[in-house]
Amino acid sequence: MATVTFVEHDGTVHQVDHDEDGSLMEIATNHAVPGIEGDCGGEAACGTCHVIVTDEWAGTVGPRTGREQQMLEMSPECEANSRLACQVAVSSAMDGLKVRLPEFQM
Amino acid sequence: MNTTDGVLDRAKMTAQRKVQSTIPVQQQVRAAHLMDRAKRRLGMSEQLVFSETPIPDAADVPLTELDVSNPFLFRQGKWHSYFRRLRDEAPVHYLADSPFGPFWSITRYEDIRAVDLDPDVFSAEPRIILGHAPINVEMFIAMDPPKHDVQRKAVQGVVAPRNLKEMESLIRERVQEVLDGLPTDRPFDWVERVSKEITARMLATLLDFPYEERHKLPYWSDAISGTAEATGGTTDQDLFYTAIGDLARSFMALWHDKAARRERGETGFDLITLMQSSEDIKDLIHRPLEFLGNLTLLIVGGNDTTRNSMSGSVLALHQNPDQLEKLKANPSLIPNMVSETIRWQTPLAYMRRVAKQDVHFGGQFIRKGDKVVMWYASGNRDERQFEDPDAFVIDRPNARNHMSFGFGVHRCMGNRLAEMQLRILWEEILARFDRIEVIGEPTYVQSNFVKGYESMTVQVTPKAQ
Repeated sequence: MATVTFVEHDGTVHQVDHDEDGSLMEIATNHAVPGIEGDCGGEAACGTCHVIVTDEWAGTVGPRTGREQQMLEMSPECEANSRLACQVAVSSAMDGLKVRLPEFQM
Repeated sequence: MNTTDGVLDRAKMTAQRKVQSTIPVQQQVRAAHLMDRAKRRLGMSEQLVFSETPIPDAADVPLTELDVSNPFLFRQGKWHSYFRRLRDEAPVHYLADSPFGPFWSITRYEDIRAVDLDPDVFSAEPRIILGHAPINVEMFIAMDPPKHDVQRKAVQGVVAPRNLKEMESLIRERVQEVLDGLPTDRPFDWVERVSKEITARMLATLLDFPYEERHKLPYWSDAISGTAEATGGTTDQDLFYTAIGDLARSFMALWHDKAARRERGETGFDLITLMQSSEDIKDLIHRPLEFLGNLTLLIVGGNDTTRNSMSGSVLALHQNPDQLEKLKANPSLIPNMVSETIRWQTPLAYMRRVAKQDVHFGGQFIRKGDKVVMWYASGNRDERQFEDPDAFVIDRPNARNHMSFGFGVHRCMGNRLAEMQLRILWEEILARFDRIEVIGEPTYVQSNFVKGYESMTVQVTPKAQ
């Protein structure tokens, strides 16, 4: 069992306990975390699962890929640690992962 | 296209590029018009004219000759069976001969998404419609990165969610005005009175276009997107040039007027103001073909799409009364119903790409320069992605996965605005009307690109007080 914390733009915290290995987008949508939509089903094709990884986790999560970069750049809320959650593979080893959500998805 | 024609066309494009920075846009439109007229008189080119004949059943046509570019396919209701056969038997299909030349059709959901996500191989340039445009305007929907990114970023703020939130009450007021003005004692045309009216009002607001002249916007949009050469539509070339010339004149004037008002310290958050405040495109007026192209894009993009989804939602809920009851019992389903409508309607049937290199795709060999059409209308009905895809199910769990907005860098910029307009429309409809009955059959637009309605007669029943 591992925990992921999603913090909405208004500060609302959603703590999700999960024991599945999958993408961060799948974990969020499987647990009905508001504000993560995943319209394209997880192909970095729509930009609607934008999250901002907290500094302490940025190194573990890693940088975004080229296609992610193209989609994220179109968002006015894109930050240095912005990722598309569908491209973030979460393992049970990443217990305690914390990400923020932008105010709006594209 | 014959050789002389090809040479002339290339010369025209080169000349257009050269003069674009020096000659005012109206004169360029006029010159292109005269050129086309001269070519027609000399018998060097003929206007395409489509006349409607009954389309044979998909099963009766040899697979290699199955033509989904027929502009009557939607009107005659044949598109379901044609695209189903392509998805099942030839998902990457080559048609060697059509009124629009040879082209590939991509018809399965996953394949379409893969093409959309690969702009390095499948280019959106020089245009995204199947056929030939009478004038080579330049718009960012038909540009590849990085040029695309610069132009899009400059204008997308106007429809960004933050701005939309502030516009919500204005949109609602306009929708309320339109709905409150509808007759309840007799039938009327929903397309004219509601769908067109609401989209024209919103577009006039976004562009800060003179409100009393707003009806010009859908008129231009229809005329420009509807030439026979481009999409199999009914606009003849003279009408096209008149419309685009009028549009050019109006928006040049609006641009200068806005610039003068800005100098006097007026502020605004409309598209023109945004363009004028962007370092990258504030000089767009000096690149007339780009100026015209990007305005045309915003006007056409904001018109047909939302308009036909508005009409489509009324038709779908009329045809599926159980879904209307479900919606009335649970109005929190409105947002998902909106996504399901946009999937079910798919107001723009496709986007076109051109292969930039030879490529193996889906077991086929696509050659550099070939046209590749991503049929969103088919992907949205792909049995491999959507269960019982032809059914209209307002609580369909994956309705949001529809591909009507496209995927990748060209994903619809106005998607949130479109969803918001449709959501507000239905919130206000449910507050007023018990039901909206469609009387007779709607009439459908002649086009292979716009999947929409010319007219739809309805009778509304007010809610019992």
